[in-house]
Amino acid sequence: MSVESLFPRLEPLLPKVQKPIQYVGGELNSTVKDWDEATVRWALMYPDAYEVGLPNQGVQILYEILNELPETLAERTYAVWPDLEALMRSEGVPQFTVDGHRPVRAFDVLGVSFATELGYTNLLTALDLAGIPLEAADRTGEDPIVLAGGHAAFNPEPIAGFLDAAVLGDGEQIAIAISEVLREWKSEGSPGGRDELLMRLASTGGVYVPKFYDVEYHPDGRIMRVVPNRDGVPSRVFKHTVMDLDEWPYPKKPLVPLAETVHERFSVEIFRGCTRGCRFCQAGMITRPVRERSITTVGDMVEAGIKESGFSEVGLLSLSSADHSEIADITRGLADRYDGSQIGLSLPSTRVDAFNIDLANELSRNGRRSGLTFAPEGGSERMRKVINKMVTEEDLIRTVTTAYSNGWRQVKLYFMCGLPTEEDVDVLGIADLAKKVIRAGREATGSRDVRCTVSIGGFVPKPHTPFQWAAQCDHETVDRRLRALREALRSDKEYGRAIGYRYHDGKPSIVEGLLSRGDRRVGRVIRAVWEDGGRFDGWSEHFSFERWMAAAERAFEGEPVDVEWYTTRERDEHEVLPWDHLDAGLDREWLWQDWQDALGDVEVEDCRWTPCYDCGVCPTMGTEIQVGPTGRKLLPLTVI
Amino acid sequence: MKPVPEGPAPEPTVQRLRVRYAKRGRLRFTSHRDISRAVERAVRRAGIPVAYSAGFNPHPKISYAGAAPTGVASEAEYLEIGVNRACDPRRVRDDLDASLPPGLDVLDVVEARDGGLADRLEGSVWELRLPGAEPEEAERAVKEFLSAGHVEVERLTKKGMRRFDARQAVRTLTVVEGPEKTAGQEPVQPCVILRMVVRHETPAVRPDDVLMGLRLVAGFAPPSPAAVTRLAQGPLDAVTGEPADPFDLDRAGGER
Repeated sequence: MSVESLFPRLEPLLPKVQKPIQYVGGELNSTVKDWDEATVRWALMYPDAYEVGLPNQGVQILYEILNELPETLAERTYAVWPDLEALMRSEGVPQFTVDGHRPVRAFDVLGVSFATELGYTNLLTALDLAGIPLEAADRTGEDPIVLAGGHAAFNPEPIAGFLDAAVLGDGEQIAIAISEVLREWKSEGSPGGRDELLMRLASTGGVYVPKFYDVEYHPDGRIMRVVPNRDGVPSRVFKHTVMDLDEWPYPKKPLVPLAETVHERFSVEIFRGCTRGCRFCQAGMITRPVRERSITTVGDMVEAGIKESGFSEVGLLSLSSADHSEIADITRGLADRYDGSQIGLSLPSTRVDAFNIDLANELSRNGRRSGLTFAPEGGSERMRKVINKMVTEEDLIRTVTTAYSNGWRQVKLYFMCGLPTEEDVDVLGIADLAKKVIRAGREATGSRDVRCTVSIGGFVPKPHTPFQWAAQCDHETVDRRLRALREALRSDKEYGRAIGYRYHDGKPSIVEGLLSRGDRRVGRVIRAVWEDGGRFDGWSEHFSFERWMAAAERAFEGEPVDVEWYTTRERDEHEVLPWDHLDAGLDREWLWQDWQDALGDVEVEDCRWTPCYDCGVCPTMGTEIQVGPTGRKLLPLTVI
Repeated sequence: MKPVPEGPAPEPTVQRLRVRYAKRGRLRFTSHRDISRAVERAVRRAGIPVAYSAGFNPHPKISYAGAAPTGVASEAEYLEIGVNRACDPRRVRDDLDASLPPGLDVLDVVEARDGGLADRLEGSVWELRLPGAEPEEAERAVKEFLSAGHVEVERLTKKGMRRFDARQAVRTLTVVEGPEKTAGQEPVQPCVILRMVVRHETPAVRPDDVLMGLRLVAGFAPPSPAAVTRLAQGPLDAVTGEPADPFDLDRAGGER
């Protein structure tokens, strides 16, 4: 049974909406496979606007890998803006994919990648527009399996009721494995219906099916335990780790949109994982160990990617790109290859202590000076010890001096506010740091034409980090410190005008905190917010703190919990956390010890360069650190 | 003293290529900015030796003349590419067309001779398809409109509501015979097709301004939005009022 394109019904609506091109599809390197020739059909969703979702690496990688499978097809869908949502509702047009404009409900799997929890309400919009029941319990054989991935899926409990399944960790291999389970089950005639399919997935231990687990609570609201409610379901679900990135050189054919998107470049992941051990950083904890892509594979991917895309900027992506063991050879080799070609290089994340003059020069060889951003995160030396961001003031000043004296005029500095044990003085320290940065820049260049921008947002404690037990700072305190910092920067006559200040106020962080460390009871809040019109919570013009608080009050009525209980309450060592049955490989005792070390200002080294400190990931997951150097170099490209 | 980029100056432009392209089907929803990004990437993928401007932020030398609005299809959009190595226009046409997404289709490429391209684009031919509209009503409205000396219309611009005359810029305006049905096609619903030649002026008179004029003078209000296509642009012939091919002047002197 073939599925008709919805485009003829969508087309008359497009002249009436903003940026209609985002709904049209047809991106370079996009694929529309024959519906009837596929057995397993995936709709991949990034639950935010097209301009944010299209460049997402995770979705692009899975889209390409799944479409390479002979009996599988994958199409993409994104959150539609409220203007189109209203028209789709009035005209009865369901949620569609941008590739074939097929109705999302007709697919076997709706795979949703959650980079942030603020996409949860957009999931509900998409389900509702698709005609898929919001609650997994109400779905039938006519509905797709709704599957979550991405970093937020390491605690999917707040959306557990809306999901059929979730997957933790790297998606490449598990997506193929799930596709194979589906293909087999369908080819057998879908025995046992939806439940058997979910059971087959759950029994592998690599796919979390929330409904196969019961959560029991203490009378005071804490979780007593989370247990499987049927035989054959493992008590713990493990994350997935791709060990050899050279075997998975995706994306090979990057999607090139017509519409403007947030990242207009070809990105190559040069390594995955990070063991710097910053205690606030969920990504650094859940993606261990470090696995480098070799210099030669990076070179090949860049060459092919530029040819396929026509992009003029190459982003060397990772959690801390200057930490690649051969970063100097990679940047020099690429700069040599593309000398005089208008191809620019950028390192989206660069640690202050790993940046140096050679890197600076290679990155600016073609005359371009893309912005430089460093993230000291904490304003005082003590604060940086608490969070284990082992960057000293001397490191920072030395690095910005290098940057300014090599032609950069503008440096951006990222910080967080509301970190554990933080006091006013720690945040005000940011002002002193910024002034020293400008002073160093003026000395280095002999000019007053140097600037820096301080960018700061509220800290949110995340699951699977040493700060998972910490009390989140209340938004009144965060906002008070942010105002005080602004005053300290603005009032300075000598430096104030050279320092820009950008901040995110504390209220959205409280909602993010609720969603990050929430349990299944938080699902009611999400649904109530959505029913009240909540959409696009990552966008300040759509976000409403009042709506979230009002919904929480209603949803938690009669419960021993409230928003503060989930956010500003410190947990003790033995409290069962909502995600304890989901295993990122991290040893719980090690995490607790690291939390205690944080409180004692004790730092931890990086295990790439010092002996293992037993975080637990490698033995639990059967993985090991994969770093170079390979000793290989990038040869000049030969023109044939 | 201002900082100066290091290294040699960019290679100079040795040839300018003028490109006529179409914006068709779904790609009529591209904005002018979308198109310029797509063209820049396509030029790089096609390996066309585009020249770059000097400075810290070099830009490819590609300029656009009078782009059709978002949502409007076109058979006659124009751009000019400066290259630093002489190219065969026919080859550029094929390579660029192959590199652009289907729907942005390259129709013609010539080497530029003297004179600016934008100056030659004096007027446009527009086609408006109005599904569900009544042909007799359209005929009557067109007659009223053409016999009026001035037809004041309003449009919301960036500077607020603006009133201007939509009549003087319209050189010709006709109701084309209804859509002929090709073999095998389902009978289509009644559809009025308007064809008009409009002179480019400031403020620009757009097809929808003319539609508003038709409504004001004769109450002509089609039930659904118009599907608009620009069919041609060029220098307006003083006698016929129709635009000529703006590339004629570049071709004068024979193909190279």
